[in-house]
Amino acid sequence: MTILLLALRRLAASLPTLLIILAGLFLLLQLAPGDTVDAMMAQMGGGDPATATELRRYYGLDVSALVQLGRYMLRLVRLDLGQSAIYGKPVATVIAERLPVTLLLMGLSLSLAFACGAALGIAAARRAGLWPDTLISTLGLVFYAVPSFWFGLMGIVVFAIQLGWLPAGGFEEVGSGVTGAGRSLDIARHLVLPVVTLALIFLATYLRVMRASMLQVMDLDFVRTARAKGVAETTIVVRHALRNALLPVVTIAGLQAGTMLGGSVVVESVFALPGLGRLAYESVVQRDLNTLLGIVFVSALLVIVVNFLVDLLYARLDPRIAAEG
Amino acid sequence: MNLLRRYLRNRSALVGAVLLVAMVGVALAAPLVFPKDPLGLAGRPLQWPMANPRFPFGTDSSGRDIAAQIFYGARVSLIIGLVATLIAIAIGVLIGALAGYFGGWTDTVLMRVTEAFQTLPNFLLLLVLVAVFGSDIRTVTIAIGLVSWPAPARLTRAEFLTLRRRDFVQACRALGMGHARIIGREILPNALTPVIVYASIVMAVAILLESALAFLGLSDPNVASWGNLIGSGRGVLRTQWYVSAIPGVAILLTVLAVSLVGQGVNDALNPHLRQNTP
Repeated sequence: MTILLLALRRLAASLPTLLIILAGLFLLLQLAPGDTVDAMMAQMGGGDPATATELRRYYGLDVSALVQLGRYMLRLVRLDLGQSAIYGKPVATVIAERLPVTLLLMGLSLSLAFACGAALGIAAARRAGLWPDTLISTLGLVFYAVPSFWFGLMGIVVFAIQLGWLPAGGFEEVGSGVTGAGRSLDIARHLVLPVVTLALIFLATYLRVMRASMLQVMDLDFVRTARAKGVAETTIVVRHALRNALLPVVTIAGLQAGTMLGGSVVVESVFALPGLGRLAYESVVQRDLNTLLGIVFVSALLVIVVNFLVDLLYARLDPRIAAEG
Repeated sequence: MNLLRRYLRNRSALVGAVLLVAMVGVALAAPLVFPKDPLGLAGRPLQWPMANPRFPFGTDSSGRDIAAQIFYGARVSLIIGLVATLIAIAIGVLIGALAGYFGGWTDTVLMRVTEAFQTLPNFLLLLVLVAVFGSDIRTVTIAIGLVSWPAPARLTRAEFLTLRRRDFVQACRALGMGHARIIGREILPNALTPVIVYASIVMAVAILLESALAFLGLSDPNVASWGNLIGSGRGVLRTQWYVSAIPGVAILLTVLAVSLVGQGVNDALNPHLRQNTP
């Protein structure tokens, strides 16, 4: 219970951050050349100034910036993100349609990167200085330096075009009519390449952090004690060291939740996935600032939620945190 | 001297240095090797690498020489990386120094702002900036710098927090030195080393950010950027995959070089840490 309270307190502390983000975004929007009405007038192919004034009053753009900021915040509290200019629907609806794909992509990538990164990090740490360590560490460095979109494209070339094993893009086969397990399998096949692509960058980071923290933990007294009383090496790693060594990796994973969302913009564009990232890209290309700001707002919320979950996980891994309260 | 020797003894750091020097050489040599506009028509489109001795890397779908674009692309990537990193470090050091030195109220406000920037996915923020201010190469560089400063700021703040309690700072205060002088002349030189090492990571990320932006077609289309080339190769990926493949390798090598050099400098500065990281 204390854990939850602690995490909730941290959650409350992130509210001012959210306020700063919103105010900053609003100010940024004020700096943009032309307002919504200008864009609409341009879309209608011009119009007389009287219509523009009328529209500005209708959209509440005729009052001072400060009043507008207040109204904007009030609307956001009610999760009213305004209308999307390109989709002709409320931004909240458009985002809600796209969010599940991104969450699925991010969740799977995070799990894959975490599992493989931790496993490889442990393998490297246990053979520190020997050739498996050199190989794994070098791979980690290379993965870190690979631009994700390029890795995705090369994955398409090899696995979709040359070998024909996996689809080159899309979320599912449109019009195939399969449901249930068949549909899940189809989606899974479509997600293999995007998930691996997005996971790769993070895998490199987790690997490095895991290796370093594993080396550190394996040097601690309690590990020496376990060794002295004759515990098998594998048991030491799994039962004693792992839990402690995972803490920094969990921290990094939480800190990078935002980076992963940014990465999904690129990955979703490469694989034509109908997710939030692709929506962000489309709204930039089409100058739909309302939608773009909505996405940024939802992303910030998402990052805050992820950090909340990380806090909970952290306390579970290390009971001392909850005890200190 | 000792530092240089320690650096050179590290094999991966040496590889990084050689790669980086090679990339800088390529960037400098670009106008000498390819005096013509890299974005101009050079020959028949989509010739495979080595098919025509004039084009060792082939030509893209618009008949532009890929080798020339790789050479000029090195300039774009390195300059954007360098300038964006300078901007990020400058903002980060300023904010981190003020927050760490003055503490209290200043610290709270500045760190809240830093947190806000860190909560936003930096690539999304970059998209917003480009959407609002346009995608001219200068704007893109400044925008990348603007989304990259929070981590250096936190690092600087942490250094200042420990240094400001040291005796030499107390001595400076006692001598009646002004805050600006203490921050800039006394504490900063002592706090800068980890920040400079971290700059290599900022630069690696900056190069990757620009290439991703260019790949999406949201960066300046009028410069020969590697990301632009990869993006333009997407249309012919099915048959002429080399158009996208070659510039990707260039990005990989550059980012790898920058990270290896950064890591090498870090290891040379902290030899005691190397026991853990052979």
